[in-house]
Amino acid sequence: MQFKAMILDNAEVSPGYWRMRMTAPSEMLAARPGQFVMVRVNPSIDPLIRRPFGVFDVGTLQPAYTGAAPQPYLEILYRVVGKGTGMLSTLHENDILDVLGPLGTGFDTGPAGEEKLIVGGGVGLAPLYLLAKELVKDSPVRLFAGGRTKDDVLCITEFERLGVECYTATEDGSLGECGLVTKVLEQRLDTTANKGQIFACGPHGMLKAVAGIGAKRSVKTQVSLEGYMACGMGACLGCVCQGAEHSSENPDYRCVCTEGPVFEADELKWEGN
Amino acid sequence: MKPVMSVEIGSLKLRNPVMTASGTFGYGEEFSQYVDLEKIGAFVTKGLSLKPRAGNPTPRIVETPGGMLNAIGLQNVGIDAFIQKKVPFLRSVNTPAIANFFGYTPDEYAELASRLDAIPEVAALEVNISCPNVKQGGIVFGTDPGCAASVVAACRAATKKTLIVKLSPNVTDIVEMALACEGAGADALSVINTLTGMAIDLERRRPVLANVTGGLSGPAIKPIALRMVWQVARAVKLPVIGIGGIMSATDALEFILAGATAVQVGTASFVNPAAAQEIAEGMEQWLAERGIADVRSLIGALEG
Repeated sequence: MQFKAMILDNAEVSPGYWRMRMTAPSEMLAARPGQFVMVRVNPSIDPLIRRPFGVFDVGTLQPAYTGAAPQPYLEILYRVVGKGTGMLSTLHENDILDVLGPLGTGFDTGPAGEEKLIVGGGVGLAPLYLLAKELVKDSPVRLFAGGRTKDDVLCITEFERLGVECYTATEDGSLGECGLVTKVLEQRLDTTANKGQIFACGPHGMLKAVAGIGAKRSVKTQVSLEGYMACGMGACLGCVCQGAEHSSENPDYRCVCTEGPVFEADELKWEGN
Repeated sequence: MKPVMSVEIGSLKLRNPVMTASGTFGYGEEFSQYVDLEKIGAFVTKGLSLKPRAGNPTPRIVETPGGMLNAIGLQNVGIDAFIQKKVPFLRSVNTPAIANFFGYTPDEYAELASRLDAIPEVAALEVNISCPNVKQGGIVFGTDPGCAASVVAACRAATKKTLIVKLSPNVTDIVEMALACEGAGADALSVINTLTGMAIDLERRRPVLANVTGGLSGPAIKPIALRMVWQVARAVKLPVIGIGGIMSATDALEFILAGATAVQVGTASFVNPAAAQEIAEGMEQWLAERGIADVRSLIGALEG
């Protein structure tokens, strides 16, 4: 679906990280956790290409007055990394964006009752909030959130409000455990019989470590990948990643945009990548 | 009064002059929920080879000012999977589908041309002699007039369908290439493919693309494409299909004035999947507002 969205709110939630709420058609409410949108920052040719963002949240604003129609909305959480996201951060309430979505596959939320372990690094938390919202309906959920410093650990309060038990880790020790979040995840897995399954999104190194942790303990693990893409619909073939059996003789490239961004960790090739 | 928008490319009749460019529109189906395929003139499918091709390692694309570089490496499903999985969709759409293809030898080109010729759902063939991202293929044929002529002649002998040749801009003299293809039996020329370019990551002191170089597309290349279309259209009798950075109806009409009979919309479809349809509608509106009865009256109508 392609639609024009009006920005309702665009606020810096931590230095360099922004959370934007915009209007959306009601179809957007059916977005699955893990799906993403492609946002055209402005109608000019610079930046030219849309930017992909995981769906952070969807919901409906209650009418402002009796009789008014409820307004569905979409939220994204983004880090300012370059020109496109820089421009996005300068936009204001009532500015208009062109949005494509929801795109891609979502997470498979798995059976009710089983413990769900969510692992997010930095802005990788973006697609995990909607996931947590879905999972808490029928399962105990724990979040492992990591970042370089406390400024890189985002929106923990929102997860706590859902009833998610949150664990944090920072590389400089400014929040939670000092070190990598994957270490905290391992500690949890090694002290519980209820292993459930893992959902992760974050930098490639973190995902690779999480995939290894899940594989070693035979815990089902899903990862959400980032890809540099132009279209988001499987046409440009820019965003491909390698399937587990990929080799130069038997290549197996998968589109992050349409076959992902969520993959079972064991479908993908991690060594050498 | 509604202006006449239909044009002809060889024996191919188009309801309007706007097509989508190969490699930017998948096999058509990917875009069908965003664009009314029956509002565009034709669509060109992703370049096909005899065997499936995996393409290049990543990163494969990067944005540059007003454009993008790609080095996909002609990843495609191959002709067999195309026939099995992609052709059924083409049958369901009442718009000509043009199959883009490439090979590594003139024989391979001819074999593909003959297999595509046998598919009723393929309305015309666009032969790629100009991919800048594949070392052993394409580009060799696209930069030497003699090689280009031999490939085009081999394809010509293998198909009766409209045969379009997509030219590379990465040559000293594109007119010489155009004349060679015309002489070898091409029905039309697509001008231009991407320009070879490069992007560098300063801090890492590395090329951004795994392939080092890639093909530049988007609005950044439009002035070059316009110049080449103008040069080629003046030199050959064949219809020319203008390609290069077309983002709007205005851009498309400039190509028509420069001598193009039709245009292809490429990178714009990534930015706005409905771009081709919007451009076709915008062109018709532009003509209607000015009382121009037939788009063909604008072909090569550049003054001065």
